[in-house]
Amino acid sequence: MNEAMVLQRDAVVIGGGPAGLAAAIRLREKGIESVLVLERERTAGGILRQCIHDGFGLTRFGESLSGPEYAERFVSRAAELGIEVRTDCTVLHVSGEHTVTAVCPAGLFRVRAKAVVLAMGCRERTRGALAIPGSRPAGIYTAGVAQSYINLQNVMVGREVVILGSGDIGLIMARRLTLEGAHVVGVFEVQPYPSGLARNIQQCLNDYDIPLYLSHTVVDVHGRGRVTGVTVAECDAAFRPIAGTEREYPCDTLVLSVGLIPENELSLGAGVELDPRTKGALVDENCQTGIPGIFAAGNVLHVHDLVDFVSLEAEALAEAAASYIRDGALAPCPLAVETDGSIGHVIPQRVSGTKSFTLWLRVRKPLPGCRICVRQNGRLLAQKSLPKALPAEMIQLRISVEELDQEHSVEVTTE
Amino acid sequence: MSMEIVNKTFTCIVCPRGCTVTAACRGDEITAVTGNTCAKGEAYVRQELTAPQRTIATSVRVTGGQAPLCSVRTAQPVPKARIFDVIRAIHSVTLQAPVQQGEVVLENVLGLSSNVIATKDVDAIK
Repeated sequence: MNEAMVLQRDAVVIGGGPAGLAAAIRLREKGIESVLVLERERTAGGILRQCIHDGFGLTRFGESLSGPEYAERFVSRAAELGIEVRTDCTVLHVSGEHTVTAVCPAGLFRVRAKAVVLAMGCRERTRGALAIPGSRPAGIYTAGVAQSYINLQNVMVGREVVILGSGDIGLIMARRLTLEGAHVVGVFEVQPYPSGLARNIQQCLNDYDIPLYLSHTVVDVHGRGRVTGVTVAECDAAFRPIAGTEREYPCDTLVLSVGLIPENELSLGAGVELDPRTKGALVDENCQTGIPGIFAAGNVLHVHDLVDFVSLEAEALAEAAASYIRDGALAPCPLAVETDGSIGHVIPQRVSGTKSFTLWLRVRKPLPGCRICVRQNGRLLAQKSLPKALPAEMIQLRISVEELDQEHSVEVTTE
Repeated sequence: MSMEIVNKTFTCIVCPRGCTVTAACRGDEITAVTGNTCAKGEAYVRQELTAPQRTIATSVRVTGGQAPLCSVRTAQPVPKARIFDVIRAIHSVTLQAPVQQGEVVLENVLGLSSNVIATKDVDAIK
């Protein structure tokens, strides 16, 4: 085999979606000259290309944009700055020593970089991950796949649709399918509360009289060539179907919106340690993983609700990565961020105590009226009172360096 | 004449926060709005009680383009009751590539004072 071509860059960014593009742009704006973005698809923009509904950009741009419009702002800014974006380019391996191996139509190549930014996004949980019993007919899609068929490829997925899971993409697809002439029988959610945002329950389901059944799940799938129906049952608090509550719904399509998982195969290959709660990398306040010079932001780090925060997180990453590229190291972060049982996860998991940072977290279960408290050695650093805290909504707290000491771990609790 | 005050509850859809907003109504009069965390929440509920509106997104066919579809949206919200009429009007359109983001696909759709605009570029087949 011929020795593959080896490129040298200051930074290589894996993924040309909202996180990768925002990181690349900010790196360039911070004076980092050679930044290379590697994107698997034919065009940059990531998942936003198929998210044609509006509601993106209120935080980042102060206006409501569709997904393609939001993505275009970053794509054109990257072009304006002359950032090198290689599309049709799949990364095969990232080494702990910052060598990225990729393949594009011209062949295999390697990039050696001072810093690597992981921005691969996430993927959808599938039927296999849920182990739904029944036959294996055509007509079962994850919500994002159905969205790609309808919004990018002009292929209608079905006429009579059952949606399992109340994630935001499932809710968006309930509306989208209805507008395209399908009948959405209902959305079934195993949890006793919806997993999507309240505004999407309103504008995607209630607006179109699509029923939402909480504490329900699909227990059987019928049909040989194509789905002919599903059996749904009510569930108890432990998500076990309750015998005698089964009901059959005829349908030709089952859409799954049952969760997103950060896409970390490349991270694992590089030896990056993951957090079992986020399923993304363990990172410090700089979005730096356990391997110096390898950073992660966006949905590959933890699944976000809003793309605006993906961009903001990636921009903060880029500021730190630019310092790393210049100085060869960042301040050590020995202080752990610890949580009580009410918190689902936090980002970052380690901090230095010498820098202000944004703490991102989700609660594990809905909490009516609670206060999020952040302490060091019993001393209150920051708090936030919420009328209701929902797992569907990511919570942010800004922790100021003025409050921090450099000795004690940071404790996050709800009260 | 005194009428009974009825509380009507809404989920605000203006931003992802999704505030639960309650309007106290006496007949057609709104006497108080509570639960909103910004002025947009009150404006939303007042609009929702009188003439609900939505921004609608869909896509239209493109001929001669590198993609078969171009995504579009209403530049302004349209009456909620006319959503399906607007969708039908939009779906009657076929565009010829190239299409530019921001291009008006349908002007003043159904006389509802909103243009329908393309939300992405579709290049022509070379």
